[in-house]
Amino acid sequence: MGKITNEELLSSINSKFEGKITVTGEPFGLLTIETGTDSIIELLGYLKNDPTFQFIYLTDITAVHYPEQEKAIGIIYHLHSLVNNVRIRIKVFIDGVACHIPTATVLWQGANWMERETYDFFGVIFDGHPDLRRILNVDDMTAFPMRKEFPLEDPNRVDKKDYFFGR
Amino acid sequence: MQNHPVYTDNDPQNENSTLNLGPTHPATHGVFQNVLQLDGERIVSGVSTIGYIHRAFEKIAEHRPFYQITPLTDRLNYCSSPINNMGWHMTVEKLLGITTPKRVDYLRVIVMELARISDHIVCNGVLGVDTGAFTGFLYMMEFRESIYEIYEEVCGSRLTTNIGRIGGFERNFNAKAFDKLRKFLVEFPKTLKQFEALFNRNRIFVDRTKDVAAVTAEDALNYSWSGPLLRAAGVDYDVRAMNPYSSYEDFDFEVPVGENGDVYNRFLVRNEEMWQSMRIIEQALVKLEKEPTDIFHADVPEFYLPPKEEVYNNMEALIYHFKIVMGEIPTPTTEVYHSVEGANGELGFYLVNDGGRSPYRLHFRRPSFINYQMYAPMSRGMLLSDAIINMSSLNVIAGELDA
Repeated sequence: MGKITNEELLSSINSKFEGKITVTGEPFGLLTIETGTDSIIELLGYLKNDPTFQFIYLTDITAVHYPEQEKAIGIIYHLHSLVNNVRIRIKVFIDGVACHIPTATVLWQGANWMERETYDFFGVIFDGHPDLRRILNVDDMTAFPMRKEFPLEDPNRVDKKDYFFGR
Repeated sequence: MQNHPVYTDNDPQNENSTLNLGPTHPATHGVFQNVLQLDGERIVSGVSTIGYIHRAFEKIAEHRPFYQITPLTDRLNYCSSPINNMGWHMTVEKLLGITTPKRVDYLRVIVMELARISDHIVCNGVLGVDTGAFTGFLYMMEFRESIYEIYEEVCGSRLTTNIGRIGGFERNFNAKAFDKLRKFLVEFPKTLKQFEALFNRNRIFVDRTKDVAAVTAEDALNYSWSGPLLRAAGVDYDVRAMNPYSSYEDFDFEVPVGENGDVYNRFLVRNEEMWQSMRIIEQALVKLEKEPTDIFHADVPEFYLPPKEEVYNNMEALIYHFKIVMGEIPTPTTEVYHSVEGANGELGFYLVNDGGRSPYRLHFRRPSFINYQMYAPMSRGMLLSDAIINMSSLNVIAGELDA
């Protein structure tokens, strides 16, 4: 099967999701599109089930925090079509305070832990997730540590203060 | 997979017994906890708890310059750290647009395939131990030592290697490294053959592993499995073949595929991968003969640290040294996803860069983390003893699981 180009992929998605997606670029040949919380599951389902594309493989779900943006949290999905050997990256930007996004576990069981990890580190609530608990951090932790405002070290620590080193 | 009701401990209806498998159980080979509900010896349900050795690598990486992140990647899958190191270097090289000379690529391929062999040695050897056959493990372990000695010649360390630099290697391979490599290539096949003779048609081993924890290709893909586990289930997805990196397209190798994804198939797939890895290394040695022997890094002075003696005696080297260490060299503002075929599957690096000295965000796609999530659901209805060997054939490495 011939390789599907990003243009073909994009025009098909565009015709199906008119006005709901924006293209943010093609860094290193990986088509990157952006969509909203309303259409993300529909879009993922379309890419997964479409007989020509068959993005059956969910590579990764993660998030990035941009505190200066109005929509502060970006959820990043990486999909891979094993048949065509094409990858695609999908981004959804959501509000940093009330961060809600529908779950992708309806499409892939494997999304379960990836979403739990994203919740654990960024506080993103995946609506409809069967078991949205913390995964790597302790259950009674209150902060979401991968957010930019969370300091890397305990701010009360004094042994690394500059004045001890004459700086 | 069937659904059983999950009872709590003080539920009067709960007639099952609760077993804490882990966090430190000798049979789990790492820090994993599974709270199992047992009906006799059968597992009714299980809940996995992970994160016991979580070290916040992704957070730490946001505060470190690129070249200081390599030691963090060592500690992901510590059974095959060179693959992680190389994967990270290649991610940064992709970001910075560095092309490496062929000789560097081939040297990297050699080191990565050695790492794959050492990882599979541990996994398959331990699988033997868990099924009651200690001998094979001891035979094989000797050769992990040989591989570590080769690492020692190349980079000076053994387990957490920090091997290579962005742009190539920190020093050239010495003659001893090649001698040890050639010796390994002569001696290891004999032992591997012996190992296969001990296990592949061994009645006890086959009875213990065949049809245990079989996984269909659909389930494996649904759970985003990768690596030998996915291939054992019959899907021929190998990053080396599909998205070749580090000149893997120059090599002739086969991607072994299993039938039903059970423990026995995974064992065979890993064994065959070791043979294929040796094939690749042999080809790499032949290819290296045609390459100039003094090249071991790309010519990128703005990202590759100059040798110390030059820093003290050469103005330009001093400037570059300062600029690299202080992170004063601009990097492109973009994002990159690069993946390599780790010993456990697709090891991906998602790097978001804002032009500074350290990543804005770095995410590791860790195959062990993603492979392990099927463990509790697939254990339902399984015998406890089968669940143990299932875990050791998943080859979950705690460092990679918890990052």
